[in-house]
Amino acid sequence: MNIQAAITIYKFEMARFRRTIFQSLVAPIITTSLYFVVFGAAIGSKIESINGVSYGSFIVPGLIMLYLMTESINNAAFGIYFPKFVGSIFEVLSAPVSSLEATVGYVGAAASKSTIIGLMIFLTSNLFVTHDIKYPLVMAVFIILTAITFSLFGFIIGIWAQNWEKLSIIPTLLVTPLVFLGGSFYSIDMLPEFWQKVSLLNPVFYLISGFRWSFFGTSEIPIALSIVAILSFMAICLLVIAIIFKTGYRLRT
Amino acid sequence: MKSQISIENVSKVFGTHKALNNVSLEIKKGEIFALLGPNGAGKTTLISAICGLCRQSTGTIKVNDFNTLSQYKETRNQIGLVPQELPLDGFESVYNSCQFSRGLFGLKDNRDHIEKILKTLSLFDKRDEQIFGLSGGMKRRLLIAKALAHEPKILFLDEPTAGVDVSLRRDIWRLIEDQKKMGVTIILTTHYIEEAEQLADRVGIINKGEIILVKEKTTLMSEFSKKTTFIRLSKKLKHPSFMKKNKKISLTENGMTLKLVGINDTSNELQSIVNLLSQNGIAFTEINTVDNSLEDIFLDLVETQ
Repeated sequence: MNIQAAITIYKFEMARFRRTIFQSLVAPIITTSLYFVVFGAAIGSKIESINGVSYGSFIVPGLIMLYLMTESINNAAFGIYFPKFVGSIFEVLSAPVSSLEATVGYVGAAASKSTIIGLMIFLTSNLFVTHDIKYPLVMAVFIILTAITFSLFGFIIGIWAQNWEKLSIIPTLLVTPLVFLGGSFYSIDMLPEFWQKVSLLNPVFYLISGFRWSFFGTSEIPIALSIVAILSFMAICLLVIAIIFKTGYRLRT
Repeated sequence: MKSQISIENVSKVFGTHKALNNVSLEIKKGEIFALLGPNGAGKTTLISAICGLCRQSTGTIKVNDFNTLSQYKETRNQIGLVPQELPLDGFESVYNSCQFSRGLFGLKDNRDHIEKILKTLSLFDKRDEQIFGLSGGMKRRLLIAKALAHEPKILFLDEPTAGVDVSLRRDIWRLIEDQKKMGVTIILTTHYIEEAEQLADRVGIINKGEIILVKEKTTLMSEFSKKTTFIRLSKKLKHPSFMKKNKKISLTENGMTLKLVGINDTSNELQSIVNLLSQNGIAFTEINTVDNSLEDIFLDLVETQ
């Protein structure tokens, strides 16, 4: 196995992250801080605690998930789309690099970047709310699984996209609404019964609920279901990537 | 000489367009092979199929007996590719870009080797600069440096001197000759026939997706060589009658020179034309015979196909 190639791609992508460190880190931190000011302090003070958790603390897992998912998708999609756009992808395609090695390099870097951003948001949240993590190990597992899974999804989008519009269309029109409607800022118990049932069709809901469980020990659905949901989505993404590399879809003519 | 690349009955179809049509070709170890052809002839498609950028629809390609599809790691490990365009990540530095290329081939960073290549290509002073800041010629050289970063045994150069100035073109030619001396097999596609004439050991001509000819350059030049003789006249002529009988003779536009195509300067035919001129009282000042170039041969072959 050409491990050196995977490391090379990983380092190359992380170097891109370092070059744009201000944009990559400072922007999410400022936006998160605004969320806490608006939802946590201004609106949150008018909302009763949810399952014994203050509203400010309740939204922390949702906010981390929001960034973790969107940043994973954006980083991975851009990471593979940009070399396709400028044509430099020819280097990877003509090198002795397997689909697994290329995926590990690109997806690993995207997942690392979004994990760093997720942790920065978690640290920022500590400036506004105090909370104990009930199951820190589960939290770490959830962060890593979500970052990898959504980076795989972003990688697929980056290969599929043939222009900049397509690159942003799925994150903007599908993922962001799913994250917002997946209980990032509310408990589905607060919804009418019909919308509670609709929320169960939203795969992101299972992830946010499971992640919230690692913080507070309570969630709307069993934790095992959340883990099955994320592993299932990961398996689907891996299968799609395997097919892409086998057929050369939008990579090789 | 042993074949290093073996291409057997390779076809590539894009929709209804057949970009390669049953191509078979052997590339020998250590040679410089020039692949010539007009735009859209299939040169880049053939290179792409060998290097793994596209998959042939039918046929087999082997590099040192390794199959490019089922043993792609072994085949690609041996190949360096300089593409026709300038596809570079402009935000990266020159050195890191070369190191990236080397790393993809499973090799760890080797500063000495990369710096040596950058020095050879006059890019050493630019090693820490972003690629965006480089001129077109420098970017072309950087692509060559990147292709050499993993010390390939086979080097593909797809139009390596397209759009570069004369001085840089000579530098690149020198580098190609140096690589050959080091035992590297070089496959070159070019529009500049002069380039093939200067560098190639063998020449292949591809047109409409088919290889129409493969020859040693010297054999090609001698087999297809036509001499052209120019007779400079003392006075302007207006279509003399003896010209009508011989299609090999034409008069240049200014009427001051007779052009004789395919007539050997030592043949009786030339002697009889000179006699004819004397008999008709046509004086001349100079007779000059030149060999036709590879470009003339190429154009003849492509146009007659």
